[in-house]
Amino acid sequence: MSADADVIYRYDGSFAGLLCCVFASYEQKEIPAAIYSPQDMQLSLLFTREIYTEEDKSQRVLRSIPKKIHQDALDFIRRIFLTCLPQKEWYILLFLRRAYKEGPSILQNVADPLVNKLYKAVRHLENEAHLLKGFIRFSDCENVLATKIGPKNQVLPLLADHFCDRYPEEQFLIYDEVHRQALLYQPYQIKLVEMDVMDFPVFDESEEKYRELWQAFYDAVEIKARHNPKCRMSLMPKRYWKYMTEFDRMPASQNPLAGNRSDAAVGEIISIEAVSPAVK
Amino acid sequence: MDVMEKLKILGDAAKYDAACTSSGASKKAGRGGIGSSIAAGICHSFAGDGRCISLLKVLLTNACIYDCKYCVNRRSSDSVRTAFSPRELADLTMQFYRRNYIEGLFLSSGVFKNPDYTCERMIETLQILRQEYHFAGYIHAKAIPGADSALLEKLGLLADRMSINIEMPTNESLQLLAPDKSKQSILEPMGFIKGRIAENSHDIIKYKKPPAFVPAGQSTQMIVGATKESDRQILNLTAGLYKKYELKRVFFSAYIPAVEHSLLPARDIEPPLWREHRLYQADWLLRFYGFDAKEILDEAQPNFHPYVDPKCYWALRHMDNFPVEVNRVPYEELLRVPGIGVKSAQQIVRARRSCSLDFEALARLGVVLKRAQYFLVCRGRKRSGLELTRPALLRALMSKREVSKYELDQALGENQQLSLFRSAPRLTAAQEEELRCLPMPM
Repeated sequence: MSADADVIYRYDGSFAGLLCCVFASYEQKEIPAAIYSPQDMQLSLLFTREIYTEEDKSQRVLRSIPKKIHQDALDFIRRIFLTCLPQKEWYILLFLRRAYKEGPSILQNVADPLVNKLYKAVRHLENEAHLLKGFIRFSDCENVLATKIGPKNQVLPLLADHFCDRYPEEQFLIYDEVHRQALLYQPYQIKLVEMDVMDFPVFDESEEKYRELWQAFYDAVEIKARHNPKCRMSLMPKRYWKYMTEFDRMPASQNPLAGNRSDAAVGEIISIEAVSPAVK
Repeated sequence: MDVMEKLKILGDAAKYDAACTSSGASKKAGRGGIGSSIAAGICHSFAGDGRCISLLKVLLTNACIYDCKYCVNRRSSDSVRTAFSPRELADLTMQFYRRNYIEGLFLSSGVFKNPDYTCERMIETLQILRQEYHFAGYIHAKAIPGADSALLEKLGLLADRMSINIEMPTNESLQLLAPDKSKQSILEPMGFIKGRIAENSHDIIKYKKPPAFVPAGQSTQMIVGATKESDRQILNLTAGLYKKYELKRVFFSAYIPAVEHSLLPARDIEPPLWREHRLYQADWLLRFYGFDAKEILDEAQPNFHPYVDPKCYWALRHMDNFPVEVNRVPYEELLRVPGIGVKSAQQIVRARRSCSLDFEALARLGVVLKRAQYFLVCRGRKRSGLELTRPALLRALMSKREVSKYELDQALGENQQLSLFRSAPRLTAAQEEELRCLPMPM
């Protein structure tokens, strides 16, 4: 199936908004050439249809998916929505149109080019989330465990349960500086919030001490006779390194985690103190 | 000595243990506690040698009363000796864990004073973690050979996984290199742990929540290349250990010459990483691919092939089993096709329920067609344009690294041929022979 209408949909970037695009596609009996969110700045010569997010329309689509296809299909498109697949909205629409027609068996058809493409995107998301469960490095900033990440996919919703189970009595904060979202936790409450800028205080002495201990351990554990940088790089891609304590050997005052000045100039600085009440 | 110095020494001394997985147990701390573990395990970092760092792997002490020849901590070595206090190590573990550096603790130790005393100090460390700090993360504890079984029992109730390293593949090698250890002193605790795990699973039927005894099972490790055993001997032993002691994992560690001794290989040898890699591959065939050790190597083929992995090597010797029809062949047989792994075999089984698969679909499902194409038909047809010649097949079955290794060995051989002063190029001739002897699909 491909686009059959010379029209582009523009929506607000929310999941409910995307469901309204699906509604519009059926209402207008057309498949748009593309679906753009506010992040997609493309200019187009094609006619653009503005899709407004309306609660009753999105709810109708939302309810119909488990009823007419399967709950798994709804879980699947929610995950696709978190991936970094270009034009994921358009592919979700194509998938749903076929799924309404073919029924739940489409979920098993993993060799189909469209379904396969979507599965791979979801697997990429899930793999990245799994890697980050290990690669995230918290710093103790005044009793809040805080970290920054720069993932390709929106992994925070997939990380929430894991870190809540792990640190039930801690306060923690994971800031995704690519998607500008933060996961905030304090005992028994979790929140995912949009956040433009994140600033960290300078680490104290005891935090510095444990960073150095970890770096020393990291160096000691390598068997030098087996040095294999290629293997390391393929298992732990370099784009994660800049967020990891073991590769961050600068003094604390110059630490990239300790606040990015250019960012600070752009927007409001949210410090740890400011964040903590937000969780409460 | 401060914690930093101790960590450097005791981390360095523990690094030759290959096991670093945090897998096999799934649990989480309740309110008031800290920690969780997931069955698949989590790698937190990778060291410069490419090995996963999942656990804080340290020795409680590197002081040891034993004098095992291959070991860096042996009594006669003149290295600096130190020890963590149980409190020090428990605190370090917690602080690393909070920062998500690690999945838990891998605690091993040299034997100081005597096995029982060593074991008690380990128990003390784990008790602080579990009972005082309510730590529910992963703990891998090494059983100390010779310690009282009541102490092993205590240790097993605190740890998620236990291991006893079998070290050498045969008793003779063990006696040669580790005169203070015997097969008996290693297998006895292994048997004890196996028995307690079985009892525990029986208790689960009887009581609602008995304390779990090493819920993630036990593992062991063998050093490869310090002594003369063939690959076949090692693999048979491995299969036997899985069967008899229900081990979760057998690790292989290429012998790294860290010590000079007349009974050991010279210090300047390269660690036999290739052999270790082949054993690792074969171990996966045993655990996940339904292979029997006897199928992988036999009397006629007691060692792995230098250029072709064990699965391809098996397939080449059983070309009469192939090609198979991808749309009909059972899962177990799909697993035996070179280029199809566990994941892609599962995907094939899933996908072929809704449509019949062709080669393009297989590529989408993650099948490595470069290899698999020689062993498969789709809807009764071979892949079009398939070149069925010996060099094409062999190239396809060799990985890039194996091809370059082969070419390097070839070049070395040719140089030797040119030099009149070197001995005859025996190595290359043997390797040529290896390739010539590979059976052909046609």
